[in-house]
Amino acid sequence: MKVDRVLVSGKSIGEVLDLTSPLSLWGGVEIQTGKIVEAAHPQFGESLGEKLVVLPHGRGSSSSSSVLAEMLRIGTGPAGLILNEPDSILVIGALVANRLYGANCPIIVSKTTPKAGVWEIKGDQLTRTH
Amino acid sequence: MMFAMELLVAVGEADGAPHLIDIEAAHIDGCSFHGQAGVDFVLKLVDGGGAVRVPTTLNASSLDLLHPNLYKGDPETAKSARELMDGYVALGCAPTWTCAPYQLSDRPRFGSQIAWGESNAIVFANSVLGARTNRYGDFMDICCALTGRAPFSGLHTDQGRRATVLLEVDVPDAVFDDDIFYPLLGHVLGRVAGNHVAVIVGLDDRADEDRLKAVGAAAASSGSVAMFHAQGVTPEAATLEEAFGGLAPEKVIEVGVAELRDAKQELSTAVGQLGAVSVGTPHMSLTELTELAFLSQGRNTVVPFYVNTSRDVLEAAAHMGIDRDLEAFGATVVTDTCTYITPIIGDVDGDVMTDSGKWAYYAPANLGVGVALGSLADCVESAVMGKAVTTGEWL
Repeated sequence: MKVDRVLVSGKSIGEVLDLTSPLSLWGGVEIQTGKIVEAAHPQFGESLGEKLVVLPHGRGSSSSSSVLAEMLRIGTGPAGLILNEPDSILVIGALVANRLYGANCPIIVSKTTPKAGVWEIKGDQLTRTH
Repeated sequence: MMFAMELLVAVGEADGAPHLIDIEAAHIDGCSFHGQAGVDFVLKLVDGGGAVRVPTTLNASSLDLLHPNLYKGDPETAKSARELMDGYVALGCAPTWTCAPYQLSDRPRFGSQIAWGESNAIVFANSVLGARTNRYGDFMDICCALTGRAPFSGLHTDQGRRATVLLEVDVPDAVFDDDIFYPLLGHVLGRVAGNHVAVIVGLDDRADEDRLKAVGAAAASSGSVAMFHAQGVTPEAATLEEAFGGLAPEKVIEVGVAELRDAKQELSTAVGQLGAVSVGTPHMSLTELTELAFLSQGRNTVVPFYVNTSRDVLEAAAHMGIDRDLEAFGATVVTDTCTYITPIIGDVDGDVMTDSGKWAYYAPANLGVGVALGSLADCVESAVMGKAVTTGEWL
């Protein structure tokens, strides 16, 4: 399907991790492992690493850009982000990681989002592969 | 410069901004250390000969440069954190090291276009000062400072500042006198408003700047609130019509004692004895430090008691002898950073009590401690008694 908007362009395949509540990467995720450490989060303990992460929107700290860039640098970052609403804090984190390290983390906006399975983001297309 | 402008334009396009605007000032959150990426980024800007084009302040960092012995983390991390801080100073930013830049003597005026990072500062600038900033993340904040420009979107525009959510507060009048009410209200606000602009109805002039600061900091932790209005209190909401731009609210929410009680429950993770107290998140103002000195006069804390503030406010407080009062009480003053983002408290034997909704929100995951929430007076009382005591019978 065609997505509503492309915020950071790229191509990426990954298993979908559907976050049912907004997440602040800073304070909510452990950088070294990519795991959600915010105890109250519904997906507590799940890892963002190499997943296509579905997120209603970002939340909380403006340091989440640094956290996303650092996760992408050390390899614990998501394969891509599928947001319900645009979030420039996440966009700049992915862009900087791309410019500094060549990291690939496309970010798209879509009102309808996948709940599970392996999907591919390619430009403005989101398709299920398995 | 090219690099900063290129990033700025890319984010502006993602935001759907039609063009860039000039900004008057910037506040940089990127100076606190979250890994090598931040250092690599700032060094690239320094190597490119970058220099800020507008007055730019720096947020709380990962180190207390005035009290370096407080740091209990590993030296390698401290070295990188220092490299990051030095990088931002080399770009021409002022070494203010505070998360409450709105407490500095030179703060944005009503209506000014600015680019601020740090979630609590963003919400204060928009809501209380009536200055205009979006939620700028690390990297983006310095790109704006280096170019003197920002994408014209969201809260920079009149339309973006219009409220869509109405929050009606209905609590007994005495509750408005209790400091603990304000972070709890903020926590509820963040939960229900998410990233939308809300108007709070029911507050009066007892919601002073320090209390509005507590509302905003908690709301920007539990939600992505970047602005709220309080009818009759904040500068863009003299009337509901003004705040809603003449339109009807999309969502109306009532907040009573039950909702605030739930918020307190959610933020309370204490399980055992009191191990330490930490106050001042965001950094304490001079008024708050004065109150703390008054409350703690002639008393002694029996647990480690941390007070977070800025070097600027501490200097002003020292002129009034408040630093000596706090020392006599047994408090440890922390500047330039905060106890929930850097290893200062260390291995604490028990729970930590705080007056901050933001501290209570982040500390359990960041520091692995249980948290008890109370007013500033509760925190002092508890520190003297050696156990968490809270007033606020209404809760």
